[in-house]
Amino acid sequence: MAKASKILLAHGSGGRLSHDLVAKEFVPPWQNPILDQLNDSAVFSLSADGSGPRLAFTTDSYVVKPLSFKGGDIGRLAVCGTVNDLAMVGAKPLYLSASFVIEEGLPLSTLRAVVRSMREAAAEAGIQIVTGDTKVVERGAADGLFVNTAGVGLVPAGLEIGGDRARVGDAVILSGSIGDHGIAVLSQREGLEFEAAVESDVAPLNGLVAVMLAASPNVRVLRDPTRGGLATSLNEIAAQSNVGIAIEETTIPLNDSVWAACEMLGFDPLYVANEGKLVAVVAPEDAEQVLAAMRATRYGEQAAIIGEVVAEPAGKVLMRTAIGGTRIVHMLVGEMLPRIC
Amino acid sequence: MTMRYVQEFRDGAAAQGLVARIEAAASRPVNLMEVCGTHTVSVFRHGIRGLLPPPVNLLSGPGCPVCVTTNADIDKAIALAQQEGVTLATFGDMMKVPGSYQSLQQAKADGADVRVVYSPRDSVRLARDNPHRPVIFFAVGFETTAPTIAASLLEAQRLGVTNFYVFAVHKLIPPAMIALLESGEVRIDGFICPGHVSVIIGSRPYEPIAKRYGVPCVISGFEPLDVLQGIEMLLRQTAEELAEVEIQYSRGVRPEGNPLARELMYRVFEVSDAGWRGLGCIPGSGLKLRPEYRAFDAEQAFPVEPPPTKEHRGCLCGEVLRGVITPPECPLFAKACTPEKPIGPCMVSSEGTCAGWYQYGPRS
Ligand code: SF4
Repeated sequence: MAKASKILLAHGSGGRLSHDLVAKEFVPPWQNPILDQLNDSAVFSLSADGSGPRLAFTTDSYVVKPLSFKGGDIGRLAVCGTVNDLAMVGAKPLYLSASFVIEEGLPLSTLRAVVRSMREAAAEAGIQIVTGDTKVVERGAADGLFVNTAGVGLVPAGLEIGGDRARVGDAVILSGSIGDHGIAVLSQREGLEFEAAVESDVAPLNGLVAVMLAASPNVRVLRDPTRGGLATSLNEIAAQSNVGIAIEETTIPLNDSVWAACEMLGFDPLYVANEGKLVAVVAPEDAEQVLAAMRATRYGEQAAIIGEVVAEPAGKVLMRTAIGGTRIVHMLVGEMLPRIC
Repeated sequence: MTMRYVQEFRDGAAAQGLVARIEAAASRPVNLMEVCGTHTVSVFRHGIRGLLPPPVNLLSGPGCPVCVTTNADIDKAIALAQQEGVTLATFGDMMKVPGSYQSLQQAKADGADVRVVYSPRDSVRLARDNPHRPVIFFAVGFETTAPTIAASLLEAQRLGVTNFYVFAVHKLIPPAMIALLESGEVRIDGFICPGHVSVIIGSRPYEPIAKRYGVPCVISGFEPLDVLQGIEMLLRQTAEELAEVEIQYSRGVRPEGNPLARELMYRVFEVSDAGWRGLGCIPGSGLKLRPEYRAFDAEQAFPVEPPPTKEHRGCLCGEVLRGVITPPECPLFAKACTPEKPIGPCMVSSEGTCAGWYQYGPRS
């Protein structure tokens, strides 16, 4: 189909079309064992024998619209997103780079505000931004400001975290309410300004991860459910580990205003983006102590066990709904939300 | 911060009570049609089908505005968008709907200026901000959206925005329900009538369906307990051999509807015949601009001749929209046809029956 041979916005939605794009267009030509891991960050050893701590390396571009929203802005997002990608492989994030593509005419005050919020987020995460680049493009060639960050961190020797490590019987823990970021950004989109007393949850999660890893050596999977939401992260884990995941709708924290906005827009909060939440798969015997440790932190106060890893149906996520029904929770297909991160 | 899921409309114990009553009332097989796509999605999202006893069969109906839009209308919208110097604005859901040859999304990738807006008022704003560019709003929807389109057209008039046009393919729900019954193709024992549409039209337009065709109607809300209660009310009527129009969704719908919204709608639009995908042309089932508002009529201002329409080969959307088959009975479902590569519109819209089965169902 010649008509389909162009990039469509849906290729960037984080759903299956995005996955296909990566799997078909990028992975084969660049193929190597590190790329093939397909986790949030690439993890590799610097020593020939693979001993000692390993390096985690990741990059992400941020094209959020509007640039600033309730609870954050593109700068905070760019720092936290990359810090979180490092944290999700168990790495301690260390250094970030930052590149800016700036549209001609952007108010300098806007740029300054973004840079300031990056500094604040970096301080909060305990990392440093150590290199960067700037390009200015003609008016119309970019939408205000695009930011790219890359980051490196260290994975302690012996620590193995990955989407393929979930085992039957493990507990599934969610660090807090879902959908806040997606709804906060959407509520301020031009033409859709609705009253939503909801702030983006954008936050660095490396502190939370450190606490969890200290509480148990049996944290097996960490994922931050960004684009595509909780549903997509759980499906990725189920597929990579070849297990089923059974969750309970009533245990999933959800803010009133997110719920109301989702009802209004016809969205399912399971698919709405988060920027400061993680989902973890933990050995059952350690679940309560990890949960308690999480709840003692700022970004894990509302943490809850939302389900467990089951044998069947392998590769699928099932949810018992509040009214007692059961439904399959598939990966996001198509676009439910316009691009939001 | 509260967790909404454990609240009144989603209370597990209340649901169990309703399910028990549904089981008790379901003595013989019944086909209940949820007319509206939002109900279809709610049924899936809350796992309602699995709670119902086998005699209760839910059918999805024609209540997805994107789905019932004909290829001819989509082709025309594309042709309008391809006019030099013209901007076409529409709801996001319309972008991916395949017309005879392409979708608006593909037309946009090929250079047509197509914009997604969240409300018709945004397109008035777009027109105001670009006074030298004609901005056409491609308006699809039922009685729920028609008043807002009317309001934005009147706003454009008030503001003196002369480069704003509307290509309206609005449709009315009750005539489509009657057309389904007239065809006699599927047995329908009760209608779960759309909550949002009924907020505007009230309960009276359904009276002929109950009276003349003997089919009970219950206007339901979209929360899972609303849907279960709606089903229970329908079953009670069928058990007692009644055919009445009842309002379950009484917190949103009054028998007289919203006269102000209707007044607004009929100030700008008048009833016309309309073509529906799967149902053909239904007399009195559409809305067209009144002659006084001809200046806003995109079809008048930009006479376009789209190429001859052609249907999507193998797509059974029409049968799906009439409740004749369920999507998995379509040979293309989840194989050649997925939300990423939709063959028919029922796989595109988030309210579409095929998309609902694909997103929430077993896919085989
Ligand atoms: S599955 Fe696809 S091809 Fe089949 S009826 Fe639905 S939209 Fe048409």
